[in-house]
Amino acid sequence: MIQDRYKILENHEIAPGIMMMRLEGEVEFYRPGQFVNIAVPGFTLRRPISVCDWDDRSFTIVYAVVGGGTERMSLMLPGESLDMLAPLGTGFDPDADTKRPVLLGGGVGCPPLYGLARRLLERGVRPAVVLGFNSSEKMMLLEEFRALGLDVYVATLDGSCGTKGFVTDAIREKGLDPDYFYACGPTPMLRAVCLGLDIPGEVSLEARMGCGFGACVCCSVETVGGSKRICMEGPAFRKEELIWK
Amino acid sequence: MENMKDLADHRLEVSLGPLRLKNPVIPASGCFGYGYVMARFYDLDVLGAISFKGTTLHPRFGNPLPRVAECASGMLNSVGLQNPGIDAVISRELPMMRSFFHGPIIANISGFSLDEYRECCRRIDGVPGVKIIELNVSCPNVHGGGMSFGTSCESVAEVVKAVKAETSLPVFVKLSPNVTDIVSIARAAEDAGADGLCLINTLLGMRIDLKTRRPIMANKMGGFSGRDIFPVAVRMVWQVAHACSIPVIGCGGVSSAEDVLEMMMAGANAVEVGTANLINPTACRDIICDLPAAMDRYGIKTLEELVSTAREG
Repeated sequence: MIQDRYKILENHEIAPGIMMMRLEGEVEFYRPGQFVNIAVPGFTLRRPISVCDWDDRSFTIVYAVVGGGTERMSLMLPGESLDMLAPLGTGFDPDADTKRPVLLGGGVGCPPLYGLARRLLERGVRPAVVLGFNSSEKMMLLEEFRALGLDVYVATLDGSCGTKGFVTDAIREKGLDPDYFYACGPTPMLRAVCLGLDIPGEVSLEARMGCGFGACVCCSVETVGGSKRICMEGPAFRKEELIWK
Repeated sequence: MENMKDLADHRLEVSLGPLRLKNPVIPASGCFGYGYVMARFYDLDVLGAISFKGTTLHPRFGNPLPRVAECASGMLNSVGLQNPGIDAVISRELPMMRSFFHGPIIANISGFSLDEYRECCRRIDGVPGVKIIELNVSCPNVHGGGMSFGTSCESVAEVVKAVKAETSLPVFVKLSPNVTDIVSIARAAEDAGADGLCLINTLLGMRIDLKTRRPIMANKMGGFSGRDIFPVAVRMVWQVAHACSIPVIGCGGVSSAEDVLEMMMAGANAVEVGTANLINPTACRDIICDLPAAMDRYGIKTLEELVSTAREG
């Protein structure tokens, strides 16, 4: 893991309030679902954002503009650079024992599943993709997933596109029969997925972080194996490790 | 060149009670884990000492999430003393720490009762590498109506006396700034036999989420740290260093070599760096590297000399 400055190659809106930023630089991400921790000019704490995809020369992050820090990022132009710590955390296991996995994304939790889909395809595993959003105007990355040749199903809470309801409703309605799941999204969704799906899987948790590299333990969760740091041992955890109260 | 390097090194040496530190820069408790998590970033042996994560008798998970909130140039935390307990620290964390760091270790000990402080100090005494005990007196006293030990002269004195009876290690008291008169608390610690003081711990603070209208942290309140609190720390170090004769570790918002010098001009014998590590993981190393040039700019030959003139003046 290194601290470095990365030059912005692209920074544009892909859905209302959702930005995609591509940065130049070689980062040795070894698992999808890992993240970078970004020093935003004028703000004290770094912003942890998971990597969407990467290649030998660049990497892409997708972030929601939720406050002053991400708003500042959204105004940055190609050619400017950002100080980042990368790669951080332990992401999804693309070598998990599965033949028919399903990727379950909720809102801004969808991006890391794209990098995961590509790594699964590399080993010959074709995942189904179910993406959930509040409404159709918030949808993102559908075309990118389809361009990989994957079947993409959508659930929206207001029913404006696809199945009305949650990703778990879409799995039922479409009669999907996965043997494993990978999920990233808001905590209530992850809880519903872990408690509602009778198959093994893993979920990526989110938390406000102090440092992002294991020093401050601001982001600890209680697991069956004791206290774990979302920034170090996570953000991806196996379903059976987590305790839902 | 070798001589030049030796000279440069000696310029940074300071005494801290019975200890000789190669430089005054010490990562503060709670911002550096048990050290080894930071060994990915640089050689920890450049550090003067390390103060490890606040440790209690029993394992603690700490407070519910969220337990961090950002401030203008600082942060709030309500981690709540998460730690694996003194026995696991001694058997697992410290051996790992000592595989990366060979300098003096400061054991930051917390307790919710006098017995807990006593027992922790008894167990840490004699552990290889541990050279100073740093008592965190900011926890509530469960037998004293929940009041923090660090907020009254009597309870600070009680903790110091209790612990001094259990250990031959130098005992430093890490003072809470959330008091009306820091000098009287510092004097009470000194009179009770403390070998040194460390100040300041975090200031009690709160942030509210404008959208939810609720406190950002689940615990509602938390400890305020970072650059924002530096002037408060300098003021309190100055007051205490001029009122007490025992060594003082200055702590609170230190983020640069200039901050280290300013803290030492206020009377600190050594300086702890906390929140800066979380923002820039190489902060302590960078500060140490920057110190000689900063000293040159302000005509400071050695830090030892800076400290002695500050405390006399």
